[in-house]
Amino acid sequence: MSFVEENLNESLLKKLDRKENYTLFGLTLPYLLLIFFLIIIPVGWLFYMSFIGRDGSLSMENYMRMWKSKAYMRIFITTFKISFLTTLICALLGYPLTYFMSQLSNRWANICLIGVLIPFWTSLLVRTYAWLVLLQRKGLINNLGLDLGIISEPIKFVHNTSGTLIGMAHIMLPFLILPLYANMKAIDKDCLKAAANLGATPTRAFWTVFFPLSIPGLLAGLLIVFVICLGFYVTPAVLGGGKVIMAAMKISANIELYFSWGAASALGVVLLVVTMIILYIASKLVSIDQVGASK
Amino acid sequence: MNVWNRNVSETQIKFKDRLWLYIVALFVLFLLIVPSLVVIPMSFSASQYLEFPPKELSLRWYEAYFFSSADTGLGFNDWMGATWTSVKVAVLTIFVATPVGTMAAYGLINSSSRVRGILFPVMISPMMVPIILVAIGLFYFFVQFKMVNSILGLVLGHSLVAMPLVLIIVLSALRNYDMNQEKVARSLGASRLRAFFEITLPQIRFSIISACLISFLTSFDEVIIALFVSGGDNSTITRAMFLALRDQIDPTIAAISTVLIIISTGLLLLSQMFGQKKD
Repeated sequence: MSFVEENLNESLLKKLDRKENYTLFGLTLPYLLLIFFLIIIPVGWLFYMSFIGRDGSLSMENYMRMWKSKAYMRIFITTFKISFLTTLICALLGYPLTYFMSQLSNRWANICLIGVLIPFWTSLLVRTYAWLVLLQRKGLINNLGLDLGIISEPIKFVHNTSGTLIGMAHIMLPFLILPLYANMKAIDKDCLKAAANLGATPTRAFWTVFFPLSIPGLLAGLLIVFVICLGFYVTPAVLGGGKVIMAAMKISANIELYFSWGAASALGVVLLVVTMIILYIASKLVSIDQVGASK
Repeated sequence: MNVWNRNVSETQIKFKDRLWLYIVALFVLFLLIVPSLVVIPMSFSASQYLEFPPKELSLRWYEAYFFSSADTGLGFNDWMGATWTSVKVAVLTIFVATPVGTMAAYGLINSSSRVRGILFPVMISPMMVPIILVAIGLFYFFVQFKMVNSILGLVLGHSLVAMPLVLIIVLSALRNYDMNQEKVARSLGASRLRAFFEITLPQIRFSIISACLISFLTSFDEVIIALFVSGGDNSTITRAMFLALRDQIDPTIAAISTVLIIISTGLLLLSQMFGQKKD
């Protein structure tokens, strides 16, 4: 009798356990279905399209064309160059500010953080437009330069690489600062005290203790900025004025102007693969939700 | 000891030796915040051309934004119509992304870490796949179901982008929440649903509110998906602005930008207020 009861109890518990698991899975189901239908199927289809040639048969035509074409090579080089330079500018501007923020009391650090978040939350289009206004031939910056006698004639900032870089660096800076700040806040201040106690000068303590400890956050920020830059569309389209063609713009042009899904897909697949590799490296360095959580 | 020689860090660096850092940091902060604000004085200019500072003030660009119903010739209805489309889509996005994301976060936090390890990367994939790829993929997908230029298509596309943000916010709230409280409620006879709504939800409500705000803003500011899957009378304001920016510098955009800055700063301050009240 007792044997049967025990068994009953065990199977009942198992049943409840299974029910619990089904419930939990059911809760994630709507999310997973949306991902399946709106990401996996469409991107999978693009992947398939990239291997379809002009005559409708399976071929590597789209990739071969990309590999051989000088125009595509130029686009790849531009995309990497712009992304690299933007990332570099972000690092040079972002690191000192983040370091400064990490040294402040919580109250002041939070105020600075709001300063970083305001542009983060402001529409990308608004910020791109603002730079268009500031940098144009008769814009504020050229006028100021002329009035102060720094420049003798207006400098061409927009519709070229420099305008694109300025705009993109401004937009990407928070993406570098936020993960870096999270990292710097977590650095144990006692390490610095110990360094000072052992006779290190402030400069030496910074370079031998603080900076190495901040590298994971810095790298994560750099990789995230770089990856987002690779896929950038709006800012180079507006501030580049057609002279700076990045991968995303070519993808869009292939579809909107030439209706060439195969070529667009192939370029998209290359972009996706490069992005995934970089993100994989980033995920090994720092947990990815540190970035999104701050928005 | 005066201000200049005050120690300002653990390594006893003097204020004056660190002055350069303060200057650089404040300069970068200035660069972050101020450039966007230039659109505000611009929007009050009476001139067609973007001169700074404006010689004459007027509200004509606000008039053009709020009251012009003329066809802009850019393939969208008019500015106000596009704004309403954006608001509609953003509000509907809240109602899709927040519940779906919250449910998924709840499911994940109670699952085994192995399941979590598999599902989490899949769930945040909309953040990782380049947005242009998501946009053209959706465009293709919606063409098959005749959902291009529809509100539904836009809402689904924007929810896709907003869901990972909701997931991350709610997950981090649930991590700081003791799930045993819900178990207690259930052992006392409450159903799971009742336990969630009466015990858990009130304690994570501020995170849910911030998730709603972020869903709204993500949708409202989204450009690229809107560019591909919306059009005609269902153009969003961002699509309309982008098309206008690419072709001409219309000062009406300065007026619209000013309104957008006010909206996003307002939402940010709201979310910070809720964020301060720790769940």
